[in-house]
Order: sequence, then structure tokens, then C-alpha cells
Amino acid sequence: MIAIEVISKTYASARALQQVSFEVQKGELFGLIGPDGAGKTTLFKILVTLLLPDAGKATVAGFDVVKDYKMLRTITGYMPGRFSLYQDLTVGENLQFFASVFGTSIEANYALIADIYTQLEPFKNRRAGNLSGGMKQKLALCCALIHKPEVLFLDEPTTGVDAVSRKEFWEMLGRLKNRGLTILVSTPYMDEAVLCDRIALIQNGTILAIDTPEGITTHFTKPLLAIRGADTYRLIKDLRTAPFTHTCYAFGEYLHLTLKSESVDRTYIEAFLQQKQHRQIEMHPISPTVEDTFMSLMDRQ
Amino acid sequence: MRRILFLVEKEFKQILRNRVLLRMMLITPILQLILLSYAANFEVKDLQITIVDSDHSTYSRRLVSKFSHIENFHISTYEPSYKQASLQLLKNSSDIVLVIPPHFERDLYRNNRAEVQLMVNAIDGSKAGIASGYAASIIRDFNAEILTENFPAPPLQNGQVMIANQYWYNPQLEYKTFMVPGILFELLLLIGGLIASLNIVREKEVGTMEQLNVTPIKKYQFIIGKLTPFVIIGLVQFTAGLLVGVFLFGIPLEGSILLMYMFALLFLLLCVGLGLFISNISQTMQQAMFAAFFCLVLFILLSGLFASTENMPLWAQYLNYLNPLKYIIEVGRNVMLKGSSFYEVQSQFFALSLLTVLILSLAMWRYRKTV
Repeated sequence: MIAIEVISKTYASARALQQVSFEVQKGELFGLIGPDGAGKTTLFKILVTLLLPDAGKATVAGFDVVKDYKMLRTITGYMPGRFSLYQDLTVGENLQFFASVFGTSIEANYALIADIYTQLEPFKNRRAGNLSGGMKQKLALCCALIHKPEVLFLDEPTTGVDAVSRKEFWEMLGRLKNRGLTILVSTPYMDEAVLCDRIALIQNGTILAIDTPEGITTHFTKPLLAIRGADTYRLIKDLRTAPFTHTCYAFGEYLHLTLKSESVDRTYIEAFLQQKQHRQIEMHPISPTVEDTFMSLMDRQ
Repeated sequence: MRRILFLVEKEFKQILRNRVLLRMMLITPILQLILLSYAANFEVKDLQITIVDSDHSTYSRRLVSKFSHIENFHISTYEPSYKQASLQLLKNSSDIVLVIPPHFERDLYRNNRAEVQLMVNAIDGSKAGIASGYAASIIRDFNAEILTENFPAPPLQNGQVMIANQYWYNPQLEYKTFMVPGILFELLLLIGGLIASLNIVREKEVGTMEQLNVTPIKKYQFIIGKLTPFVIIGLVQFTAGLLVGVFLFGIPLEGSILLMYMFALLFLLLCVGLGLFISNISQTMQQAMFAAFFCLVLFILLSGLFASTENMPLWAQYLNYLNPLKYIIEVGRNVMLKGSSFYEVQSQFFALSLLTVLILSLAMWRYRKTV
């Protein structure tokens, strides 16, 4: 449904995208995962015909993003990262406006937005600027859906939204996917990655890996341990200088320690830490998460 | 067509909801029209004159008293010497100094001629010119008086050309009559140019532009959708300004009111087009504001609103061919005061039409949906 072939884009001072290629299948919920400044928004803007790529080629639903932009604008829905509806128009007016701009009406495609719009209905006459963050996102999603697009582009839809609204939002995406929509979504949150069918990890304008959320962790090859101690700060410092350590990152209350090789024994690590006078040491092997994978791939780069 | 209507409707909703802006758009132009018409006045009044009378004779006192009886002059001080008088000029407390030398009366009797000196503070050139003109005419008057006194049957009466002035189209030489038609159109430039130029940039800054750009809206639909509301608001303002001009200031409206509206419409299209062009090339409101101000000030100063364009240097007159305000002010004054018909202002019509087409094409061309 979306095919991206060696797309590059350079801004005056920075290379935003370097030879990015991947494909998204019809009906797929595809996640683009990466930190701020990785190039996610640039890629989105190219795909929704707001930006021209320097090199490479991309098609959405078979239409070229440069040549067939007119056609594309009628079949794609785009929700930018920043809330960009009219703050001084009400919820209803915004929806009405975007429907009419696309040459359709709210009634014609109501079925598609029904379960989202019912939550907004009580605020129908409120100005969009006075909505809460979660409600704004829902309205923006409604406006992006009102012309019944085939492909939906959501650029960091959950950034700055509370945990409950985030969960609800992903449930909505799941339902939209079940209706056959192809969805490309970007997020800086690794925990949202597992909710996608497939994900691409992106960093500094290059794709690090593309796989299913489960499959992507197989890119992580080294042994991984979770370690906790009384003095976390000293622990991370000592571990980072230890001879057996490949990397060591803090993940909440645990430290994730990657070892240089399989052969390092746990008793050896315990002895090393005891010698450094660490107390209340707790240690167990874990299987890597998407974030671990991302960190290690980033490191390799 | 339906899309354009929705765009216009949306624009009106937004404008009407922005109460502060709405009030500013409707009240400030009227206020400006009233204030400017009263204040922007080039009549020279209350000239401060310093007298240095070194003669203290009957004639010298008569000359001085002539000045004190003229409304435009106000005798600020009498100084004993030339030096102290020039100090008054330096302090800016005097606009003009009249120096009557010693033996003024005696010279006049004996030699039939005497001299006085006028020193004029010429920092403000036009004011200085007018002031010295006034003073010179008073002295000439005085001259004529003593001439008739000394030669009861004046020998030089025949062979003189008498001038009888008659001021057409503005018989009282009212400054307001001259200003109001000009300011009326200057205000349209303000609304059209400034407010419209901020409009699209605002959409860019808020991010709604991006959202609009991914929709299938066509260029011309977007431009027309943006143009229409401001043109309508401008026409409302024009009407209000015209009412104030005619009823408050009593400015005559000799020509066709329809012709005035036709030109107002054309001019507004041009102004809003300029505003849209500026906002298309600007990324932020500050940039747009600056660009709009640059154009406005240049247009206004060169337009002939305050100073006659014929006296400007040649290059400025050439530059003025591109100045829409120059044409429209000519139209306004001619149609309102002279009652010119379309035939007399057709060259202005064609110039304005050409500029309008030009600026609208530029705006259309610069409006890009992709970055």
C-alpha cells in the first residue's frame, strides 16, 4: 500500500533522511519508532505530499507522491504532530469545515467516525482550543477520517497525551485497522511499538531494523541481565567500567546490562560487585524489549 | 463553488469571533479618518515673531503694529539687539525675526527707501516659506500704505495688473476637503494590506495551513476564499468612511457614487492581493508585519496624500507609477470634488487594473502547497 524506495532528504544543515526504504502492506498498522529528530516527521511530510524528496521514489496506493499528489490528497488522511485545527471554531464546525473542503459531508461518512465522535458529542459546541489534550487528538483523528481515506498517516498522535487517552487512542486505531484502513503511525514511545503489526526503528534518518515487534528483538543477540542494587548511581558507574560489560542502561528501577559474551558467569559478576562493596544485589536474566533492541542497534551504528 | 463558500463562511466566523480585531477594524479607521483630517493640517498659524526695533520711530512702530494685528503672527518678544534675537531663533522660541535698523524712518523720508531684515527659522522648510511669504506681504502692504500717504495722487496706478483669485473645487481652500478623499482610500490599504497579510501567516504559524494543504482545495479556491471576506469588510468600512466624510466634514460628493464604489472594489482587490502575496512569502507574523509596513509607509508617503507628487524628484515620480495609492487618491479627489466621470479617470482605472492583475497573479503563483 505504501512503498518507499531509497528516499533521501537534506535540509540546509542536516541530513534528515538517508536512503530510507520500506513497504507497508494493505490493512497493516505500521509503526515508525524513533526518538525526536530521527526524521519521522520529514518522512511523513514527504508521504502526504507536503515536502519533495531530494532523491528516491515513494508511492501510496500506487500513486506517486510527487507526480500524483492531487489524487493522493483525496485518499490519504493526515494528522500532524502538532494540533492544527482551527482553535476558534467549535468541534462541530471544524469537522463540518474539513468535510466540506473534501467535498463530502459528516453524514456520508459518519459510520467511520461514529465511535470516536460519540465521545466528542457532548463538547460539540465547544471551541477546539478549549478541549483537553486527549479530546483534541480525537477531534483531529475525526477530521483526518471524515473523507474516508484509504491510508491514514498519524505523526506522533499520542505525544503529550495522558496514559488513559493513549490507551483509548490505540484501541481506536485497532478498530480502524479492522475496517481495512492502512495506518502508518509514528511514536517516540517504545511501549506503543508492541501494539503495531510491524515496526521500523529509525534513528538519524536511517532505518535500523524492520520487523514485527516480537521479531525485532531477535536483532538483539547478546546476553541481557536485569540488575538492581542499593546505590543505583554507583552501580551504573562501576558496571560501565567493568571488563565484562558491553553496555549498561537504566530502565526504571533496574539496570539492563549487556554482556560482552555468553561465557561471562553470573557468579563472576556477583564477585565483582561484592568486591566493589555493593549491597542488596538482585540479578536475573531477561529477554530483550524493543527498547533494548533499539539501544543496541543505535549503539552498533 | 461550494468549497469557496465554506472557506468564506469559515473566515467570517473566525473574524466575527475575534471581537477585539473586529472592533479595531471597524472603529480605528473611522477614528483615524477623523483625527487625521483635523490634525494633518498644513495651514501655518501662530507664528512666533521676535522684533528688534532699533529705530523707535512712528513708522517702525506702525510696521510692528501691523504684525501684531495679523492673526497668524504672535509677537513673542522685543529684543534690543540682533544678537539676542538670533538667540531666540536658536532656542526655537521664535519662528521669524524682524530687524528694523536705526534711521529707518529718516532713510524713508530722505532717500525714499529703507531696509528691514527678516530672519526665518528654516528647519521646517515649508513652514519657513509660508512664514516669510506672509511677512513679505505685510511689509508690501505697509509699503503701499505709506506710498499713498506721501503721494496722495499716485502716479503709477495705470499699467498695473490686478490679480483676482478664484479657487475652484475647493472654494474655501479647506484642508479637510483635500484630505478626506485621500485618507478614505489610505485606510482601505491599511485594512486590506495589513490585516490580510497577517491572515495566511497566522494559519502557517498555527499549523492549520499544513492541514489545509493536504486537502484537495485548489489554489484559486483558496485565494478567492481568502480574498472575499476582506473585500467585503473593506467595502463596509469604505461606506462608513464615506458617510463620515460627507455628513461630518461636509465634503461634496460631486461624482457618481457608483463610480466611487467600483474603484473602491478594484482597489480593495489590489490591497488584499498584496496582503496575500506578503503572507505567502513570509514565514512568521513578524516578517509579514514588517513587509506590510514597509509597503504601506512607502505608498503613503509617495502617494501625494500629504505632498504633491509633481514636486517629487523624477525617480520618485517613476517609482510612483507602481504606487496604487497615488492613482486611487487622484480618482478619489477628482470624482468627489470635481465630479469627474469614468472617462476622465480611465487612465487610473487601467493602471489600477493592471496592478491588480499583477499582484493577484503573483500571490497565486507564490502560494505553494508543498514546501
